[in-house]
Amino acid sequence: MSASTDTAVAVPSALRLFWRSFAENRGAVVGLAIMLLLIVVAALADVTAPHSPIEQFRDHFLTPPSWSPGGTSAFLLGTDDVGRDIFARLIYGARLSLVIGLSVVALSLGAGTVLGLTTAFAGGIVDTVIMRLMDILLVFPSLLLAIVIVAILGPSLTNAMIAVAIVALPNYTRLARASALSEMSRDYVTASRSAGASTLRLMFSAVLPNCTAPLIVQASLGFSSAILDAAALGFLGLGAQPPTPEWGTMLAGALQYYQRAWWVLTFPGVSILVTVLAFNLFGDGLRDALDPKLKR
Amino acid sequence: MTLLMEARDLRRHYPVGGGLFGRKGLVKAVDGVSFRLAAGRTLAIVGESGSGKSTIARMATVMEPPTGGELFIDGKPTANADATGRRNLRLAVQMVFQNPYGSLNPRKTVGSILMEPLAINKRGNRAEREAAARAMMAKVGLRQDQFGRYPHMFSGGQRQRIAIARALMLNPRVVVADEPVSALDVSIQAQVLNLMMDLQEELGLAYLFISHDLSVVRHIADEVLVLYLGRPVEQAAKADIFARPRHPYTQALLAATPSVDPAQRQRTTPVRGELPSPLNPPPGCAFASRCPHAQPRCTADMPALRQVGAALVACHFAETVG
Repeated sequence: MSASTDTAVAVPSALRLFWRSFAENRGAVVGLAIMLLLIVVAALADVTAPHSPIEQFRDHFLTPPSWSPGGTSAFLLGTDDVGRDIFARLIYGARLSLVIGLSVVALSLGAGTVLGLTTAFAGGIVDTVIMRLMDILLVFPSLLLAIVIVAILGPSLTNAMIAVAIVALPNYTRLARASALSEMSRDYVTASRSAGASTLRLMFSAVLPNCTAPLIVQASLGFSSAILDAAALGFLGLGAQPPTPEWGTMLAGALQYYQRAWWVLTFPGVSILVTVLAFNLFGDGLRDALDPKLKR
Repeated sequence: MTLLMEARDLRRHYPVGGGLFGRKGLVKAVDGVSFRLAAGRTLAIVGESGSGKSTIARMATVMEPPTGGELFIDGKPTANADATGRRNLRLAVQMVFQNPYGSLNPRKTVGSILMEPLAINKRGNRAEREAAARAMMAKVGLRQDQFGRYPHMFSGGQRQRIAIARALMLNPRVVVADEPVSALDVSIQAQVLNLMMDLQEELGLAYLFISHDLSVVRHIADEVLVLYLGRPVEQAAKADIFARPRHPYTQALLAATPSVDPAQRQRTTPVRGELPSPLNPPPGCAFASRCPHAQPRCTADMPALRQVGAALVACHFAETVG
């Protein structure tokens, strides 16, 4: 071996390496693109939306989309039963849905990971108490439990998000605990402990980074179910209150017109589908890119 | 010669079962093991699966307290040490594990794996840590351009070199090696063993070498302790034990070591059966049920470890059998 190969081959920066392996997955890039588009559109809703989401155009109840007979170019995707522009409502709804998804996932992922790691490391009575509490949460059907929590806290979008986060909590806790337990038995954790690492360091520096893959996938799936659950609560009058343009609430409110005006139902549904799909694709790619074992 | 580790009648018992209605049992994983380990020396602990080898390793690295007996590290007792004291004792004893695929954090580069022990103990600044890690890499035969690589990019033998380097980062006095070469190819085994011996000579390390492979033990050990069901059955210098095994179990182990030379092969009846259950050990000698020389006395009295010639042997008939 020559001396030149001996002196450090340039190691590309971590971010570059990450992007290279992420970009190998086309679906993930498409997912990321849709996500970015949604975020930009939602953030700039005041500019991108053609109308106010709550303005009622009294002459235009249930106007079809602009390209079908009877549609006008003023309402790209038509209007709903009280004459509000669906396109504008969808754009403002994207804002809400992203906020709901992000906050629910952040809440339940953060709390669930900390709880799961704590139970895994503490063991004994702490483990038993926390995990039995999680079992109790799992016993109830998720929507029923969310309704009970909202009923206690009072109906509002914030309380609906808290309720959905609590309902999702056991999944993250159990997942974090299970992967932490399997990682803790690995020798590198013992090696770190014998080098004097504190329990907190073992938790967050040795064990947690090796547990992220299932948590990320769960989070990307949880994002979509959070939007759906919040929508269901909205449908029951316990989540976003009218006239808030939340996608799920729009879907629920349009249910009675589905035979007469397909667009009222279709566009919010397609929006939810595309958003959920984008986040799932992105989550998948993220997992593959974050796992060095899958790197070539 | 400095005495680095001393075990006196070390015991580790685990309560098992119980449950709601079950009867509680007691597994004596290690029951009365004594040894002394000096700087620059290697003590090999030999035994089959379930004989308590790894339990001794966990006690020697201060991961688990012994339930009985005393353990001294560098002259300091490990019993009654508080959390900080145990942590400091731990630093003097580092470990090399059997499986090089599970013993390295897959998400850290070789460099950060080697620098981590220094970072945890706040030794030096980042540049000094990196210099120390690079120096250690050179010492164990890794190239400098491998500093930023991940463990999955290495072969088993190279990973074991990384594991050895990590164990040595804190300048430990004692290294506990739990079957460090049994997961490697035979050709790589020799390389890793020779590396360990070179490092021992250079740094004056003491090795507690745990193995079930007698050909490896013959290569590296100074002294050998043979374990059977948590109890030592024979303890002697390497030359003595290989030249003249006195306990029937040691004899059987040696006979079971494959040999290329047909003249070297000993003709002893192989040991039949399994290790008896540690939950319900037989009253007399634990080996009696499998021993070709067993007498009625063996199933009644437990033989004590006693001096026979140059060795310590736990057998009633060591003089006649050996």
